[in-house]
This record gives sequence, C-alpha cells and structure tokens, in this order.
Amino acid sequence: MSPLKPSPPLDSSALEARRDFLKLFALSLGAGNLFGCVRAPDDPIVPSVADDTIEDLPTLYATALTRNGYANGVLVKTRYGHSVKVEGNPQHPASLGGTDVFAQAAIFGLWDAQRSKTVRRRGKPSNWMEFFDDLHARLRASRNGAGVRFLSEPSTSPTLQRLRREVAKKFPAAEWHTYSSLVRDNVYKGTQLAFGKPLEPRYDFSRASLVVALDADFLTALPGSVRYARDFAARREPAGSNTPTRLYSIECAPSPTSILADHRLALRPHELQAFANALLAELDGHTTIDTPYQRWARAIARDLQAHRGAGIAICGDHQPPAIHYVTHAINARLGNLGAAVSFAEPTHDGIDQLGSLRDLCNAIRGDFVESLIVLGGNPVYTAPADLDFAALLDRVPWSAHLAEYDDETSLHCGWHAPLAHELETWGDARAFDGTATIMQPTIAPLHDGRSIIELLAEISELPRGGHDLVQDTWRETMAAPFETSWHHALRDGIISETVSSVVSPALIAQNIEMPSASDEDKLDILFRPDASISDGAHASNAWLQELPKPFTLLTWSNAAMLSPATAKRLGIVDEDIVQIDVAGTRIDAPAITQSGLAENCVVLPLGYGRTRAGDVGSGRGFNAGVLRTSDEFWNSRASIRKTGKVRPLARTQRHSMAGSDAPIRVDDFPRSDATSNEPARANLFAPRDRSGDYAWGMAINLNACMGCNVCTIACQSENNIPTVGADQIRRGRAMHWMRVDHYVEESAQARLHSQPVPCMHCEQAPCEVVCPVGATVHDSQGLNVQVYNRCIGTRFCANNCPYKVRRFNFLQFTNESTRDFANPDVTIRNRGVMEKCTYCVQRIETARIETDKQGRTLRDGDVLTACQAACPTSAIAFGNLNDPDSAVSKAKRDPRNYALLAELNTNPRTTYLAKLRIVNRELDE
Amino acid sequence: MSQIFGRHFDLLFRLTLVAVIALVFGAVVLWRISIAPAVGAPVEQPVPFSHKHHVGDVGLDCRYCHATVDKAAYAGMPSSETCMNCHSQLFTDAPMLTPVRDSVRDGKPLHWNRVYRLPDFVFFDHSVHVANGVDCVNCHGNVATMPLTWQAPSLEMRWCLDCHRHPQIATRVAWNSPPAKPTLRDAAQLSECSTCHR
Repeated sequence: MSPLKPSPPLDSSALEARRDFLKLFALSLGAGNLFGCVRAPDDPIVPSVADDTIEDLPTLYATALTRNGYANGVLVKTRYGHSVKVEGNPQHPASLGGTDVFAQAAIFGLWDAQRSKTVRRRGKPSNWMEFFDDLHARLRASRNGAGVRFLSEPSTSPTLQRLRREVAKKFPAAEWHTYSSLVRDNVYKGTQLAFGKPLEPRYDFSRASLVVALDADFLTALPGSVRYARDFAARREPAGSNTPTRLYSIECAPSPTSILADHRLALRPHELQAFANALLAELDGHTTIDTPYQRWARAIARDLQAHRGAGIAICGDHQPPAIHYVTHAINARLGNLGAAVSFAEPTHDGIDQLGSLRDLCNAIRGDFVESLIVLGGNPVYTAPADLDFAALLDRVPWSAHLAEYDDETSLHCGWHAPLAHELETWGDARAFDGTATIMQPTIAPLHDGRSIIELLAEISELPRGGHDLVQDTWRETMAAPFETSWHHALRDGIISETVSSVVSPALIAQNIEMPSASDEDKLDILFRPDASISDGAHASNAWLQELPKPFTLLTWSNAAMLSPATAKRLGIVDEDIVQIDVAGTRIDAPAITQSGLAENCVVLPLGYGRTRAGDVGSGRGFNAGVLRTSDEFWNSRASIRKTGKVRPLARTQRHSMAGSDAPIRVDDFPRSDATSNEPARANLFAPRDRSGDYAWGMAINLNACMGCNVCTIACQSENNIPTVGADQIRRGRAMHWMRVDHYVEESAQARLHSQPVPCMHCEQAPCEVVCPVGATVHDSQGLNVQVYNRCIGTRFCANNCPYKVRRFNFLQFTNESTRDFANPDVTIRNRGVMEKCTYCVQRIETARIETDKQGRTLRDGDVLTACQAACPTSAIAFGNLNDPDSAVSKAKRDPRNYALLAELNTNPRTTYLAKLRIVNRELDE
Repeated sequence: MSQIFGRHFDLLFRLTLVAVIALVFGAVVLWRISIAPAVGAPVEQPVPFSHKHHVGDVGLDCRYCHATVDKAAYAGMPSSETCMNCHSQLFTDAPMLTPVRDSVRDGKPLHWNRVYRLPDFVFFDHSVHVANGVDCVNCHGNVATMPLTWQAPSLEMRWCLDCHRHPQIATRVAWNSPPAKPTLRDAAQLSECSTCHR
C-alpha cells in the first residue's frame, strides 16, 4: 500500500504573528468570560392563521432529480417548510433508496445564494412582464416562427415534449436543437451500427455473473447507475451456492468501477479498440489479431463462454461507436441480449446532439437565425471550442437564456431569465428504464424563477401553471379515476406501469476496422466530466467543490492527471504546471499523478476554469474545454511540456491517514486458505459493559465500496458540516466527518481500494482519556459522544485519535447563509470546538422517542445513519450489536470482519468486511 | 523640581484601579442578573391571554390549543382560527381581542412573546415527556392559576437533571421493578449527554 504524496508545508507567515495573537487571545478570553453567553434574542412565536398542521414533524416529498435528463427518484425532507435533506426513494427503480453525490448536493444548489434572482436585459435588472412582452412581440413578428430557434438540454419530460409539440403547432417554422456537454451520441451511433436504429441499452446486473467493462464506469456514470450499483454489489456477495459476479475492467482511466474490478487492465484509447476487436475474434474462434493483450482477451473470452446468457459486456458512453458495436456483438454472440442486456426506444430526443449543435451553428453563420431561446445549460462554456459558440451567439439579433445562474451564456444573450430549481417547481421525468415520476415542488420558488415548461406554456400562450401543465399531460394516460392515480403518483414518486417496453433487435453484421496506430511522440488526451462538479454545471456548489475527488483526493480544482510512470518519463511531479498543446491551442495546467491510469494518457477533467460561476466557482482550475473540438470530443492527442512553474493544490490525502500496515484486507474467492478472524488480543482493560438497551455498531463492506463519496456528502448535509475553502484544505483543516481513503496496491494491475472512515466509536477510546474537561465520553449505547458545550478546544483528543477522524473548527465556518438548509436536529458548531461522527445520534434519538411513544423497542432498520441510507451499494450496515439477528451482528460474525488498527486494542465499534477478489487464475500473476 | 505626585498617591492610584475594576465587574454582574430568565414574572403579550380563565374557569384541555404536545417535539401554538372557534360566538366585540380578529381578517399571524426559551444545543421533545406520564404542571407550573403566563421553573440544566436522575418524582408511571413500560430508559441512561445534546 503506498499513499500518495504528502501535502505541501504550511505557510509559515501565519505563525509570525503568534505573540500578537497571544496578547489578543488573553484579552478576548477575559472579555469573552464576562460578555459571553448573552441571552438568546427574543424571537416571537408565530403560529399560522388558519392551519393547525404539525410543522415540527419532517415532511417527505417524493419527487425526482434529473441528471443528464434522466430521473433519479428521491424523497426530500422538509423541516419548518425548508428543504433540508435528500434521501433516495426506495420505491423508485433508479434509486431503490440510494442516491448519487449530485442528488445529495441538490440541497446546496437549491439554497445557493448565488443563484440568479432576477430577469436581466443586457445585464440590467428587468422583470418577467417586460421579458414576455418582448418575447411575444419577437415571436409574432416572425412568420410562423421562421428564424426562431430553441436550444435545450436533453430531457425525458413528457410534459416538456408535449409542450414542444404545442409550440411547433403555433410556430411550425421554429426549430429545436438539443445539446449538453455530456452527450451520449456514441451510444446511439453504436446501436445504429449494430441494430439499425438508435436504442437505449439497459442492464440487469442482478442477472449477471460476469461483467466485462470496456472503459465503462457503470457504477456511477450511466443513467441508472445508482440502481446498477445496488444490483451489482448485491450479486457480488457470496450467498449459498451463488458465485459472486466477476468484473473485468479494461479501461483508459480509473473510475469508481475500477475499485470493484477483480482484474483491471489500463489501455490507451486505440489499444482499447484493438482489445475489443481481439475479444470478439476470440469468441468467434479466430486468433489472428496479434495484440500484446492476447492473453487477456483469450482468458476473458473463455470466461465469457463459460457464462453464456449470464454475462454483460458494457462499453463507456465516451467510447467511439465501433467499440459499442463490438460490445453489442459480444453480447449477441453469447446470448446475453434479452437476458442481462436489453434495449428500449430512447425516451428523449438528444440522439445526435453534436450534429444538432453543428446545425444550429451553421444556421447562425448563414444568418438564418433571428431569435434564439436557450433553455437551460451553458453552451458558451460547454460547446466544443472549434464552433466558437460565444461569437456566434453575439451574431444572433435576439437571444434569451433561461438558467439557474447568470453565467457565461447569459453574458452573450440579450435576455437572462432565472430558471427555477427542480426542487421548487412542478415537472416530470423518466428514469433509465422509462419509469415516469411527477416532480413536485418541495418549497415555493425562492427567487422568482420559472421552469422550462412554464416558459414554453407562455410561448404557446397556454395560460397554465406548472401543476396544471403536468396534470394535462397525464390526465389521458393515467388510470381512472385521475385524482386517485395522481395522488398515488405523488405519494409513491413513480407512475405505475410506465416502464418502456423492451425491443428485441437483431444484430447487423459489420466489419470493424482496426484503429490507426498511435502517433507515438504524442500523448492521448481524455476529456472527462469532473467527478465532483461534472461538466461545470455544479461549479458554484461548495459541497461538491470541497468533495475530495476519488483517487487524487483533490478539492476545489482540476488537474491534468498522468500515470506515475509517464510523469516520471516526462520529469513531471505533482503540482508542476505543464503546458498542453493540442494542435496549436495551449493551456497551462497543474499536473497530478494517478496510479492505474494508462501510460501516455492525460486525463483533463472538465467543468473548471469558469469565469462567471460566482465566488465559489469562478477562476478555479483550468478550462480543458478550450482544447475540445466537435470531432475530437472525448479524446485527442497532445504534446506536453513542463513550464517550470508550480501551483499548490488543495488535497486531503495524508491529512488523516491511518498509520496501519494493512488498512485494507483483500480475500481471494474462493478462499485459497482458511483465514479466520483476527486472533483475540490480550487486553488489560475490562471489556465495555454492553448491558444497556442498545449497543450500536457499524460494519462497512469493502467488497461493496466503490469510493463514490456519497456517504461523505450525505453526512455533510445531515450533520451541518461546513465547507472551509481551498486555503484551509491546504492547511489540513477539512471538516468531513466521513472521509474516503484511497489506496493503491503496487502491482502490475495497480489494484485500487477505497475505504470510508467515520469515527470508530472505540470501546477503549484513546480520545476520552486525554480530554481535560470530559467533553468526550461514552454513553451506555456505546456511542463516543462529543459534548460541544464542554469542549474548550485543546485538540488533545484529535492528537490522540489513531484514526484521525476528529475535526476542529479553527475558524467560524458557519454563517447565516448556511442556516437556511441546516438540519434543525443537529447543533451548529462554533469556532473552537471539536466535532466528529456521532453515528447520527439525532436519528437514533428520534427513532427511540418514536418507538418509546409506541411502547416498543427498536427493530433492525428503524435507525439508518445518513451515510448508510444514501449508499448506492448498501455497503454500510448499522444497528444494534445486542440483537444477534441484526444485519450488523451478522456482518460482525462473518470471517471477513476485521478492525482497522486492531493492534492498538481500541476495540472499535466500526469494523470492515474484507474485500473479495473473484480471481480468474489464468490472469493472476 | 519636586515630584508632582507624592508617595501617598501611589496607594490612591492602586485603590482607584481596584475600585474601577470592581465597578466594572459589579456592573456586568448586575447586567447579567437583569437579563437572566425572569422566573415568576408575567410576560407581556399582544393579547392578554389568561390561562387562569381558559383552563381554570372554562376547563379547556391543554391539547385543544397546544395540539401537537403529544405528537411532536414542539407543543404547538393555536392558529388564529382556533381562537375564533369560540370567539366568533363569545366576546365578539371585546376590545382586547382586536388583534385576533385583525389577524383572521388580514391573514397576518399573531406574534406571541416567548415565555420559555431553551438554548439551541438542547433538543427537548414534548411528546416523549407526555407519553411517559410527565404532567404539564411539572414543568409549566399550575397555569390554571396564572392570569398572565410566566416561566415557572428556572430551566437550568440542574433542574432538568433533577428529574432525569430521579424520574419517579415527575412521572405517573409505576417505578417498581421491572418498570411498567419496557421502553423507558433507566435513570443512568436518561442523564447521559446524548439524551438531550446532539
């Protein structure tokens, strides 16, 4: 196990003012004693006028959040009318209770103070009335909409599609374009090649005992990934005679999927195509193609043959259509089509988005566009650089941009209008499998925003609000009586029987050519959406900005990522600024090494280098988009050279690394030797009394953890954890209670591991014995509780904690702006106190109070911690150790159960289940 | 030139210094006392609502107005419409009820002044106390005798712990062993930090 590089040394200038600081400190201590603890302000009690509803109890709204147009079902918790937390909707097929990081962070997005608050005309404040007057005048002046163009992001919303038809009826000459920078054109081009028409692939990982992923991050990046992750992880646990799913990941760059891969092979993009071809040839019995990876192709082909009808070959969205064709062909050969792999008609119209955007650009160049209405998105920032969309937009005589933020695109449009957040308006959307959800508002619009469907209704002069528009769409199709079906749909978060039907296409034989050989003196560039802020749409979300990206644990910036060997060959070390030259366009970027990346590849994450993303998002990192062209949208070639300059990066790695020799345990499956539990260690301390009503414990299954960070951000949202900014991160002051450590096993296959680390709630807790004021103590449930009001901030406990899970408020990190979405059940901590994971004690207490009122004791599953509830793979088990039948007790009896730093005799209540490797002996080295 | 201040000024200076510090300290102490929770002092309200009349004379159940006291952490305050359930028939012209009528007419809520105030870091739940047989009177005093409402106990942590350490003094549950309610925590658990602080 080798950790990555240590963080840079602290800035020493801060220490020079130490004496002045001590003087001021003494003064403020005295003053604080006298004047502190002033009585709370006299806020009045304001009951409602007519309504006696229980505002104190949380209300859950079933709705959906979309990602690239596809719905993920969520339950949004509101307290006192404020939306404060997102949970997955267990009934929704795309969620089953799990969420992704973007869904968790939607709360911050909703309450973001930097969202656009007003309509603007050429940057000057205006209002909706004036905007609509101008819009209508403009549309009426056009002949049936000639010269009017719409540009939107792909949407699966049936209401939006219905309103598009209404607009087309009224303005038949108007044209519609669809573009988002997360285009999935290659997927549809692949099915076009294979089956003659664009289709949406859908996978059933619960039926797969073998998965071959070709640069496919199917656990976090696809529509339906949250569901896929749940099914895949469940199938990976050995149960009875069931053999766990084996995963081969052949990839260019590591992703969360790589962490769960049993065998991984890092290849350059053109090698990946060669490998895919070789694999197909092996299945067909030809072994003529000579690749250096013949051994791999042969072994995997043999394994695939052995799992006919129960395998999945899957290809990443970014890969060229040819590789998509090959994976379809592999699945067809093995009889996987109709089993674990199926197809349905696409539910949106973004089939050829780059083509659509090109058409729009050509039309603007030909002066055919009189008016352009941009509905959401930020094409000026995200469009490929060769189209020069900003300059083209300036040529359009009349343009308007409906968006959540007054961003780069708004700057180039005549009008900007605020788009309402998904959590504040009515709408609908379909999930990856076609299941439709009514999206209901969880709060009234905060900033006078409107939704896209409301704007389209205004354009087609339908005098309807969002609620009525959505009802109009579903009135015909829902089962009668409509009112009942409507209420069921709102309550459940899904509309029953809306799954799109599966089609069974026949494979068309195609000849796939071998890719051209690589230009050896150039490096491959991979443009990828950033793991935290995607294509930049979430750039002003501080929770996501501060979320350490998987593997590099980088926050608040992007970096050019290279494999350690490539970096060494080029003489580049972490934080060096390198100049990347793609066909004459040059950018400067800080470099960072990442184990597991293919040699001679550079990953450039998108979404950074924003210029109009507010204080949080602007001016961070570099904009890789300027190198991106519509022909080389995901991959390119570049030369790279050192500039000699250095830029310090804010990374959390090494801040809090457990100093253990073996933090990760990996067992082979089937087991080669009978490794049993850790031997019992001699302990001079008496074991902790577990005679209380409950003994809480946690078991984290490393065989299901893919390091996706959802636990970290769910914890942040639940426990009012502040963000601290890049400068404080560089000083080692990250506040996350739940962190995810990443490890690399230095071997030929560079095995990657992730490990979530919350407080261990040690039974013999080293933090407790050093606290001079008894601010950290044990309670009878086995919780190591932190009493904020006793804490005087000595930080002895953090120093004595071997797991480094305690966090200190060095500054006043919370302010009024974060209180709107704070969880009212959790104290907001002040400067100068220590804090850490509490096992979500507020959830435990709430559940205990509820069951106490019902006169029963807690059952397994009554208490879910925030991390546990959000985890897409159900990697976290939490519950009562005194109950032998609880999930966590069963996990702890598993021979794979082990404790982190067990040699310290801390008896942690949080333990881990060893990762499994479902080895293929042919490929084992 | 002789010294302006003789030796005896030294003592005077020191005494003055001590006096100034004592004065400042005393002023702060007085000020802190003045802002301390006023136990037993009636609190001004927009409508001079009398619990003595409504509870003592009329005999209303507490839950008629504080409807969520047995369901939620927050006891609940009556909406203006709840007042009007009776006062649309009784005392319809009483001048002291003008704010209530205005509230219903204009749709503007009443602003009641707080009598009980807990710090943010204390998470108190009415419902579980009621469910476990703690009488309202135990904490709020006998409101049936209060023409205007005042704070009865100090609400200091010591006062909370008196009952949490000896639950039998406040609850009507039979505290024999085994306890009547299997879910009720024992005194040791009830007085743990995590019971009230999160």
